[in-house]
Amino acid sequence: MNITDMTAVQLSAAIKEGKTTAVEAVEAVLARIEEEDKKYNCYVTVDREGAVAQAKKVQAQIEAGTLQGPLAGVPVALKDNLCTEGLLTTCSSKILYNFVPTYTAEAVKNLTRAGAVILGKTNMDEFAMGSTTETSAYGPTRNPRNPEHVPGGSSGGSAAAVAAGECIYAIGSDTGGSIRQPASYCGVVGMKPTYGTVSRYGLIAYGSSLDQIGPLTKDVTDCAAVLEALSSHDERDSTSIARDDTDFTSALTEDVEGLRIGIPNDYLGEGLDAEVKEAVLRAAEVLEKKGALVERFDLSLVDYAIPAYYTIAAAEASSNLERFDGIKYGYRAKEYAGLHNMYKKSRSEGFGEEVKRRIMLGSFVLSSGYYDAYYLKALKVKALIKKAFDEAFAKYDIILGPVAPTTAPKLGESLTDPIQMYLGDIYTIAVNLAGLPGISIPCGQDGKGLPIGLQMIGDCFQEKKLIRAAYTYEQGAV
Amino acid sequence: MANIISDETIEYVGILAKLELSEEEKEQAKSDMGRMLDYIDKLGELDTADVEPMSHVFPVQNVFREDVVTNGDEREQLLSNAIQEKDGMFVVPRTF
Repeated sequence: MNITDMTAVQLSAAIKEGKTTAVEAVEAVLARIEEEDKKYNCYVTVDREGAVAQAKKVQAQIEAGTLQGPLAGVPVALKDNLCTEGLLTTCSSKILYNFVPTYTAEAVKNLTRAGAVILGKTNMDEFAMGSTTETSAYGPTRNPRNPEHVPGGSSGGSAAAVAAGECIYAIGSDTGGSIRQPASYCGVVGMKPTYGTVSRYGLIAYGSSLDQIGPLTKDVTDCAAVLEALSSHDERDSTSIARDDTDFTSALTEDVEGLRIGIPNDYLGEGLDAEVKEAVLRAAEVLEKKGALVERFDLSLVDYAIPAYYTIAAAEASSNLERFDGIKYGYRAKEYAGLHNMYKKSRSEGFGEEVKRRIMLGSFVLSSGYYDAYYLKALKVKALIKKAFDEAFAKYDIILGPVAPTTAPKLGESLTDPIQMYLGDIYTIAVNLAGLPGISIPCGQDGKGLPIGLQMIGDCFQEKKLIRAAYTYEQGAV
Repeated sequence: MANIISDETIEYVGILAKLELSEEEKEQAKSDMGRMLDYIDKLGELDTADVEPMSHVFPVQNVFREDVVTNGDEREQLLSNAIQEKDGMFVVPRTF
């Protein structure tokens, strides 16, 4: 088996058994990047020398027996909004074209402690704002399953890198579906954990109350192993939660006997592609045959999630992105008249169209006179959406549905109408508002050969149920 | 379009957002924001009179710690990201 076709668990086992080494592994993946990335543009930065140096160090530790675990010696790709000390971190924005962080994100440190070898930083929608990876200042990423199509977004580079074998697994972030949707479009597994499970320290903030870091992997086993390594309680993230149940790999069992699964009728209605619907319902049947109890129900409030989300996310973004002022780091305009004009010009030249659109909207909904009508109203609707999920989880262990209404659109078809693009987030976005965990796993392909994703949503802290159901489906589907 | 964004509003939002838009961008922003607000107005269909706004899904409280310095002196590294620095300080345009 080629190294680039292996999962993380397979590769770490092969290294431990001496069949290959961490150095051979990283060289194989770097060669693949060299070969393929001109086509797909998964990476903004590839750290060749750094990766080989890390691999040598990790290999020595593996041989000394001080590093074991399923990620030891395995090459990983990181979304370019995760700070990495000494390694360029751009958020795919011109405004951070030269930003070299002085510290590393806690989630990345957790991976490094587990023996991960960092390959580089993957392309994304600028500041994670977008659903196609086309808003990147460094060119779009193409979908390895069909390069005429987008990989999804905003973690499009991470999902595409996994699909193209340009890494063994990748890390992304999910504010409204940005891990699950590209995973679905690229035919890989992606998971957004319960809010607070993975430290956001060192994740460049977009919508702080919604952002979570999570894995993009080739299978459910890797997903559980990576999430287990990423999770930790961190004093430097005040929303970080101390959990004692993050041994996610213990849930890798084939057992859905009696598991109550609800499919919202609202997730199968207008706008859903017929082939996607069929694939999702077929997946539900697989789980039913294995002993799960599947029924339909009305979740309600589904149409209100997108307007509530864009109000809250834009508001938080307008505040979070104030820090980019051309002084302490990042882009500064060449010509300006005085300090305030310098701020304005640096920001106007440094940010792309979609980012400016959301900063403007966010500034407006937070402004005096509109705050109650828009921002507070959205926070109240968020409370109602959370309540609707609470009621659903009183009846069901898992909510099952599609990840996105369609398979991956063609490049250049999405950005002309922002609201149309936002509507593509309809099945993923409420999960972030309610802080829930959600997983996306491949469940077939459409007539054009493009992957379809199955989404399963759990109640807060119920990742293990999701992993168990996803693993059972994966075993049954093969 | 129900929400008409005036020139004054776009100017004001530009000040809040610290963005300088060209005339063409302003027109685009007026239309984009109007459409988006029309869409967001859908939230008005829901009665939220008795609902508490929810900023976080979990009951989060302030997290306190002792005020002890734990990080080292990183002045050189931090300044190395600045476009302009002088004598250990960030350089900004004249403010007076």
